[in-house]
Amino acid sequence: MSRALRYLGQAVVYLGIAAAFATFSKSPNYVHFPPDQALLKVSLVHSAQRREACRRLSAEEIAELAPNMRKPLSCARERLPIWLEVLLGDRVLVRDAFPPTGFAEDGPARIYERFEVQPGSYSLTLRLRDTDRTEGYDYQFQEVVELRPQQNLVVDFRTESGGFILR
Amino acid sequence: MTFLQRPLRLGFQWVEGWFDRIFGPVWNPFYNLGALGFFYFWIVAVSGVYVFILYDTGTTEAYDSIEYMTYEQWYLGGVMRSLHRYASDGMVLMMAVHMLREFSLDRYRGKRWFTWVTGVPILWLTLAAGITGYWMVWDKLAQYIAVASTEWLDWLPIFGEPVARNFLAPSILDDRFFTLLTFMHIAVPLFLVVVLWIHLQRVSRPKINPARGLAVGTFAMLVVLSLVEPAESQGPADLATVPAVVGLDWFYLAAYPLLDIWTGGTVWALAGTLTLMLAVLPWMPPMRRAKSAEVDLDNCNGCTRCVEDCPYNAITMQPRTDGLPFSQEAAVDPSFCVSCGICAGACPTSTPFRRASDLVPGIDLPDRSLAALRAELERKTEVPAGEGRVVVFGCDHAIATSGLEAQGVVALSLPCIAALPPSFIDFVLSRDLADGVFLTGCREGECFHRFGVAWTEDRLARRRDPYLRNRIPRERIEKFWAARPDRRQLDEAIATFVARLKALPRIEGTVAAGAAGAGAEQQKAADHV
Repeated sequence: MSRALRYLGQAVVYLGIAAAFATFSKSPNYVHFPPDQALLKVSLVHSAQRREACRRLSAEEIAELAPNMRKPLSCARERLPIWLEVLLGDRVLVRDAFPPTGFAEDGPARIYERFEVQPGSYSLTLRLRDTDRTEGYDYQFQEVVELRPQQNLVVDFRTESGGFILR
Repeated sequence: MTFLQRPLRLGFQWVEGWFDRIFGPVWNPFYNLGALGFFYFWIVAVSGVYVFILYDTGTTEAYDSIEYMTYEQWYLGGVMRSLHRYASDGMVLMMAVHMLREFSLDRYRGKRWFTWVTGVPILWLTLAAGITGYWMVWDKLAQYIAVASTEWLDWLPIFGEPVARNFLAPSILDDRFFTLLTFMHIAVPLFLVVVLWIHLQRVSRPKINPARGLAVGTFAMLVVLSLVEPAESQGPADLATVPAVVGLDWFYLAAYPLLDIWTGGTVWALAGTLTLMLAVLPWMPPMRRAKSAEVDLDNCNGCTRCVEDCPYNAITMQPRTDGLPFSQEAAVDPSFCVSCGICAGACPTSTPFRRASDLVPGIDLPDRSLAALRAELERKTEVPAGEGRVVVFGCDHAIATSGLEAQGVVALSLPCIAALPPSFIDFVLSRDLADGVFLTGCREGECFHRFGVAWTEDRLARRRDPYLRNRIPRERIEKFWAARPDRRQLDEAIATFVARLKALPRIEGTVAAGAAGAGAEQQKAADHV
């Protein structure tokens, strides 16, 4: 093969590799989410009430404890599951109990769910129970939301902010 | 694994044959895959330093600083960014092809397991480095990667709070996250360098720099590509919206769509299974190897030639243990030795002329000794075969020598062509065992034992010890480095050589086998040493 032909061949190879880099470093496009849909993300991390209420220790019981371990209350570690309901219009997105995390079941319940929804106007209803009550809810929230295509609406929860938060 | 290796090997050899014609064996990218991977890595490192100088950590500052370097300072910052991206893609491409090629050539099993297994974390670290890099741009693609990656990570029950919650909404993400990300994007490649160093520990003379012409061509290609098609962002990230359509870098992110099809657990299982399969591949099935090379101290004078030539760092020199008046002796580490026999080919005592004593070189393969090779050579050449007689020395890993034998042509195979001491060529011609010697082995650049062809060429050209003696008529030696697709060309080369030999006058002063006395043999042997 002549030198000119070899250099031409090399140029073709380099061109092919460059074309591969240029093409596959950004295409073909990937449709990760339907562009005509909206996303409702329910994500909260919340600790429910303890499974057993804390008990106040008597003076004798406190005295029996090591000096550096003395405290007025004795609390079991286990926590209750939380009960969560998320309704978008008539559609029930979540209606379930979420257990506490951790080997000792003393961690917060973790929820992270994604829902594709049709854009539009909806009544969003959120309810949460984090005590041992069997009826009613400890936190409730209802609001009409407008969902646009590709909007990412997040349902979060912060006790210090008064309960449910829409982000 | 043969059913996978064979078609892959043929495919590689066919393409490499064309690349040999276009680039030549020295510049052939397929013979420089690992070195090209390193070359791309250094381009990524240098361009990364410059990009880092202009990069600003912050939820809006990150994107803005990259836009600045892409458009305002396109002539340097933009080119550096593009070099950073395209060279990163090049690393992945080289890594993937390098891995496939080593697999197809069966260069990952036996004593080579270490290099293969340490290559597996390199895959992960390279991908992790690239993914964190894409994250830093904080455009729509970065947002997609951030959310998908953290949701995947959250499948593992190791985080107190889902990591993906950091990307719930714009108000949650803060600037400090980008500082963490920058640290990760620098720390992972640094760790990668350490693993790359480990990867090469059992490889002597690792080729970490590509041939200069290839390096120049590759770099020029990247610069031109960076100017013609600069890397660009895909619009600023906005956590209040979903990046529905993203342009993926398929070199790094090809597995991400799986996260939309399967659960995180399934993808973890797939990734874990693939990693495990790659890691145990060298033992599926285990390779049965011949016994490692052994040193015979009575014949070892500590000359270090075997150490110099061993491609696997399997031989070291140690203080003499037998009281002979030499300072050092060779010692073989059986866990490194792949029984290629190159050390025996390098040993100056490996001379077939010996008769007074047994042919026991200073180092030899117990299962395929040079004494056995000489015996086979003499047995095959004892029948007179007219003019144009040829002895072909080949290697186990190139074209099978058994198919090359014909009237007047005998063939012998060695574990590697460099396991043939040059004195054997002298032996064949001076003993009139044949009219010419034909050497064949793996193609230049794809030698199974890395340096077999190179060392043989150097020995014949008297550039490397042990030299081929000057007295040997060079026109009676021919060589052809060939892979399986080159069978026809090899047959033609042998036929041409036979024809050429027939036209040559008979060699003067040759000694018929067994005719010379032991004293003369020893003198010749001494000449060789």
